Amino acid sequence: MKLFYEGLDDPRLATLDGYSEGGGYEMLRKALSMQPQAVLQEMLDSEVRGRGGAGFSMGKKMSFIPKGAMDKYLVCNADESEPGTFKDRELMQKNPHLLIEGMLIAGYAIGANKSFIFIRGEYSHQADVLDAAVAEAREAGYIGERLLGSAHTQDLVVHRGAGAYICGEETALLDALEGKRGNPRLKPPFPAVQGLYRGPTLINNVETLMNAPHILRMGGKEFARLGTANSTGTKVVSVSGCVQRPGNYEIELGVPSREIICDLAGGPPDGRTIKAWFPGGSSAPVLPGTDEYLDLPYDFDSLAKAGSMLGSGAIIVIDDSISIVDVALKTAKFYRHESCGKCTPCREGTNWTVKMLERVQSGEATPMDLDIMASVQEQIIGNCLCVLGDAMAMPIGSMIAHFRDEFEAHIASAREANGLGAAIPQVNRARQGGAYPMREPAGVEPTAVVV
Amino acid sequence: MAVDPSEVRRFAHGSRVPGWDDAADLTKDPAVVPDPATTPVPDHVRTEIEAQMAKYPDRRSAAIPALHIVQREHGWCSPTAIEQAACVMRLTPGYLTAVATFYDMFSTTPKGRHDVYVCTNISCSLLGADAIHEAMVEAAGADPDFHVKSFECLGACDIAPMASVDGEYVGPLEESDCQAIVDDLKAGREVLPAKQLKRRKIAAEHWRETG
Repeated sequence: MKLFYEGLDDPRLATLDGYSEGGGYEMLRKALSMQPQAVLQEMLDSEVRGRGGAGFSMGKKMSFIPKGAMDKYLVCNADESEPGTFKDRELMQKNPHLLIEGMLIAGYAIGANKSFIFIRGEYSHQADVLDAAVAEAREAGYIGERLLGSAHTQDLVVHRGAGAYICGEETALLDALEGKRGNPRLKPPFPAVQGLYRGPTLINNVETLMNAPHILRMGGKEFARLGTANSTGTKVVSVSGCVQRPGNYEIELGVPSREIICDLAGGPPDGRTIKAWFPGGSSAPVLPGTDEYLDLPYDFDSLAKAGSMLGSGAIIVIDDSISIVDVALKTAKFYRHESCGKCTPCREGTNWTVKMLERVQSGEATPMDLDIMASVQEQIIGNCLCVLGDAMAMPIGSMIAHFRDEFEAHIASAREANGLGAAIPQVNRARQGGAYPMREPAGVEPTAVVV
Repeated sequence: MAVDPSEVRRFAHGSRVPGWDDAADLTKDPAVVPDPATTPVPDHVRTEIEAQMAKYPDRRSAAIPALHIVQREHGWCSPTAIEQAACVMRLTPGYLTAVATFYDMFSTTPKGRHDVYVCTNISCSLLGADAIHEAMVEAAGADPDFHVKSFECLGACDIAPMASVDGEYVGPLEESDCQAIVDDLKAGREVLPAKQLKRRKIAAEHWRETG
């Protein structure tokens, strides 16, 4: 079943007339005729989980917003910067009114009277499309004071960012929207309590908000029957990298991952095999391209159980012609560039990981560097204000865990090419009571360790 | 060493900070909110920034839009550009400079007027983006009109390897396209119309048509 990709290419869909012909803004009317609490209940019943990366229940997030008359804010996170993710771009460009309607419904449910779409600055065409759509909707009375004769007032502003991955993090996004450097904030207080301009703020991804009109149309309980028990609804999956037919594909959550990669996206180029894949953007731990992992159902829980995550739903496929060392270095360099520098484990950890990976690549490293690198990743995870550090630590850590043999082989061959000779077998620090458990180096008898 | 030390800019005494040994001018006050009487701001820039400020409950929210406007006017976020924005927004230039230096799309050093961002992130680099970036740098040559930059994921991995040329997404690129991009920009034409992302259909449809 497709909620978003049916007739998405119709150019009239981006206009108010074309959108209205297909029943557009009917659900806004329906919502306004209901009590806000009833709208919220539908969202809770749908059990839809956030599509931006964390996968937190949308209804629950909305219910955290305090009741009562005060300035409340709704922010749509359209700062889609996760490498491999490009679903929001296509959805916003081709169906901008669905996002606006979703935001109006969500705004009504929580009582927000000011709403913002924070779109990344690079999406200038999509921002223009949204600006035009907002102007049309405002003209038609869907946005503004006492919209459609109800007591609800909601304003909508399209705000363009200026190129920073960190602004996809919700509190950094709020800082950027307030006109500051995009640094994440210390949580708590969470944005639901104290967010934009210190008011209660709901922040949702584009695709999440676009689900709202569909939930109202189908009814929350009916919507929850789509997908699997804990991952309801459909998901737009961005498939890219070494596949024959990259692009966005809408699936019902829970289909086998292999179906997405090999059937919809055509699989790796002829004669190549899948070495590894990121199931949910470059921040998700990589999974090897073995049957065990490719047969995993594509939903939140199955991927979490396999040690990875669904994230933003971006599959990046890496085939066997690519060196995993190059991928690791590329990934780490990205996070080093995007680290805002506010907290130490991330700022230093990303930098040192890049330095160590460069040593691995150029052949100056020893296998022990892999252990140090893995321990650096462990020290980043959970120790930062936001998850940018974790977003590097998880994929790098998983690459070392899954492809250690390839890293070691690369180190050996690169050392040889440098004329450095084989690395001296390293003593396993764990045996000396070191702080971080490390893997036994190959070919060293534990008894040979002299303490 | 994997990192070439000569790549790191060094100033006096090996410091990485410029002005390391310049004595601070204690008689000089830090830059304050510019005086409108002595800071000329073109009328259309002032109107545009004021319109942006009116959109938000707090005028500071218009910092990024205002910097976009002055960068477009001046070509880069020059001290004059930032002073003009600061004058209209009633902020210190220091505040806006702090914002401008944080974001990749603002340049606090002079740059060419055509922005060519070549994505060199994972998905694109798996398909040869680094070679495209090199070819692009070569095609642009020493022409000061071009600002070729390797950029992080631009969110268009379906057309990898790709580039954003003055905001227009084009891809999948081949090395020969780089010269065409330069030629199109020089001639003031639309850039690679056949490869523009905005004209591409949804993936299922696109691949059904092209096979």
